[in-house]
Amino acid sequence: MPVKLTVTGAAAVAHAMRQINPDVVAAYPITPQTPIVEYFASFVSDGIVDTVLVPVESEHSAMSALIGAAAAGARTMTATAANGLALMAEIVYIAASYRLPIVMPVANRALSGPINIHCDHSDAMLVRDSGWIQFFTENHQEAYDFTIMATKIAEKENVLLPVMVNLDGFITSHGVESFEMLDDEVVREFVGTWKPKYSLLDVEHPVTYGPLDLFDYYFEHHRQQEEAMKNAYKELPGVFEEFAKISGRKYDFLDLYKTEDAEHIMIVLNSTASTAKYVVDELREEGKKVGLVKPQVFTPFPKKEIQQVLNGRKSVVVLDRAMSFGKEAPLYSLIKSSLYEIASKPSLGSYIYGLGGRDVTPEMLRQAFEDALKGNLIADEQRYLGLRE
Amino acid sequence: MNNGWKDIPIGGVIDKPATARRYKTGEWRIQRPVIDREKCTNCMQCWLYCPDMAISGSLDGKRMKLGEFNMDYCKGCGVCAAVCPVSAIEMKPESEFI
Repeated sequence: MPVKLTVTGAAAVAHAMRQINPDVVAAYPITPQTPIVEYFASFVSDGIVDTVLVPVESEHSAMSALIGAAAAGARTMTATAANGLALMAEIVYIAASYRLPIVMPVANRALSGPINIHCDHSDAMLVRDSGWIQFFTENHQEAYDFTIMATKIAEKENVLLPVMVNLDGFITSHGVESFEMLDDEVVREFVGTWKPKYSLLDVEHPVTYGPLDLFDYYFEHHRQQEEAMKNAYKELPGVFEEFAKISGRKYDFLDLYKTEDAEHIMIVLNSTASTAKYVVDELREEGKKVGLVKPQVFTPFPKKEIQQVLNGRKSVVVLDRAMSFGKEAPLYSLIKSSLYEIASKPSLGSYIYGLGGRDVTPEMLRQAFEDALKGNLIADEQRYLGLRE
Repeated sequence: MNNGWKDIPIGGVIDKPATARRYKTGEWRIQRPVIDREKCTNCMQCWLYCPDMAISGSLDGKRMKLGEFNMDYCKGCGVCAAVCPVSAIEMKPESEFI
């Protein structure tokens, strides 16, 4: 029977890792990711998992060690955040291009500088074009569930891509909340055993990993990565379906909250969706037709689903917890381009919020909704919630 | 070189042990060494200094004997011509051999 645990999000993710029982975990501590691997390390030292834990000297080495291990045929995981992810970025791209199904929870945190350790999505956006599947999770339950589903989708034969599970630094990683943990055997059966097509340890069938690709085949390999993303998009509904069978929790590309008859829609990633749902409820009580869309899958970007849900609405406000200096905010630009070809376009507004852990209050989100309700949105104007003018 | 993206193994994996033998670097060459066998003393300096093992040699009794220059790997760097003590190697523009 599933049990309710009241722990931090980091512990929830560590429990998912324990149940997956990867062969190799290589990691380097960085706030606010550290407790994930700390909890997991205690499972290793207590002999609860038989994972080889490699304490490396940087995130660059962590991902490098995992690439070696994954190429050898191991099921591999790590976790990181912010500057750790930035230091790892070079190898993050290589993991994807070598098609190694590494799973990595990321406790989202602001990228320096100026120095900041709090929640923000600039780290995830830094690597949004690295070829990793990217999930965004609202709370402990989703962080736990998506870590398990990540393993499943990463290892599909027609996908074979690494997966990043984003959870909000401190808010989710350190906040204590209840979540439902599945039975160990149920998770073990769900993720199955990993049988790699190529393994460096298979001396009967020796292979070469990481050859020089240059202009000979680099282009073709990148085209293959694009195809793998398309396959991931096709395979994800099946993974959601299978996960619903073991958990009773049915996920989708988008989490839709009171959108059916909504005229005004807010789009936001991760934990802020909880605050936004509260604001939606408040406005609904006042008779305002508002709703919320929370993309849970960011890469492959669910463009078709976004188009379907936004077609014919009066207005849409997109909230970004990261900036794309000199350009439109990352989530906003994707939503805006998705709407180019739909029949009935809503008016659009771009809002930046919560940078560097700046608190997000219901009043701030209400302000964005009120702009939409008043018809006061300008698609080409970037606005700021909670910024001191 | 003619395989499309659907035909090649994913991730750049080569389903064979490591080797660079099929990686023909001679395509970079803009000049090639031409040896005058009359002048050559088989001192093997060119063979010794070739940075790419593009020059072969063999044992002729107790002495080494210069073999062929392998144009699949020779990049035309000219080191062999520079070290030859009897100027038996001349670098000629690749365009002369088209």
